[in-house]
Amino acid sequence: MREVVEKKVLSENDRLAAELRQRYRDQNILCVNFISSPGSGKTALLEKTLAALAPTQAVAVLTGDIQTDNDARRLSRYGFPVRQIVTGGTCHLDARMIDRHLGEMNFRGPGLLLVENVGNLVCPSSYDLGEAAKIVLLSVTEGEDKPLKYPGIFHRATLMILTKTDLLPHVDFQPGFALENARKIHPEIDYIALSSRTGEGFDKWLTWLDALQRKFQQTAAAINS
Amino acid sequence: MHEIGIASSILESVAAEAQRHPGAQVIAVGVRIGELSAVDKDALDFAFECITRETEWEHLKLEVEWCPRRQKCLACEEEFIVKDLNLVCPRCGADNSTCIGGTELDIAYLELEEPCAKS
Repeated sequence: MREVVEKKVLSENDRLAAELRQRYRDQNILCVNFISSPGSGKTALLEKTLAALAPTQAVAVLTGDIQTDNDARRLSRYGFPVRQIVTGGTCHLDARMIDRHLGEMNFRGPGLLLVENVGNLVCPSSYDLGEAAKIVLLSVTEGEDKPLKYPGIFHRATLMILTKTDLLPHVDFQPGFALENARKIHPEIDYIALSSRTGEGFDKWLTWLDALQRKFQQTAAAINS
Repeated sequence: MHEIGIASSILESVAAEAQRHPGAQVIAVGVRIGELSAVDKDALDFAFECITRETEWEHLKLEVEWCPRRQKCLACEEEFIVKDLNLVCPRCGADNSTCIGGTELDIAYLELEEPCAKS
């Protein structure tokens, strides 16, 4: 006898993520989820971003790693609350981890929640964290064909950030080719190229984030009214 | 890489569904895995075998339906399967379409065997 089930494999994660999404809307918290390979510059991007944000703004950071709290220590220098999520082997963050750490952190909106996922282009793409946007980073020391090799995350990401552009004179990487590949997977994906080291292109990223925050607030207000 | 976690989630769902059918034996679970789901079919098969081995679920079969990426043309509404990353509509040639399939990570069905009625 065949019994039709029709549910998501990750329905428990999706249920919790939907709760988080509702909480973010209620409290006016813009949550963004940063995903990339190990070493693409997620932590450096966050450091530079935190340094640029006004200390009057409420910002919190959750950073995921399989081991060590090195990233949290790097990120806690900027005066905002930071929590390290040590997954102990798990290759991605899930909604339950976010829920638990956010609760312990006691972070209240309105504000900005920056989530640095475990360095991995595959698994984090399956787990909804209730975020308003996934942001995928690709550095110029990687291959231009990464979007084709890891279509899942490039399909789900709202924005692709090309990092380490200060190294472009020293590598054969062609940004146009990488973008072309990303848009083969996801024609509407936004794109920003920057260097966290020199600050080149960083204003475009901060403007993008600011625009997303405004859009999120408007949408949240419309849904909650 | 995370297929063990995916396999565990499938098994949890099977166990929960099975409770609604006391006495019946679950012999297979059908899942749909999309091309864009970031789940590898072979790795999932292997993970499922590993976590069910020498358990009450040892004989449970995992039946995977692989789902290609599908798009719907926004100009002529044609639905088409994407081959070689080509998002151009095969019917009208427009290149604006929306994704309607390929992200599946679903449990579709259970195959149950009811206990034989005693005569």
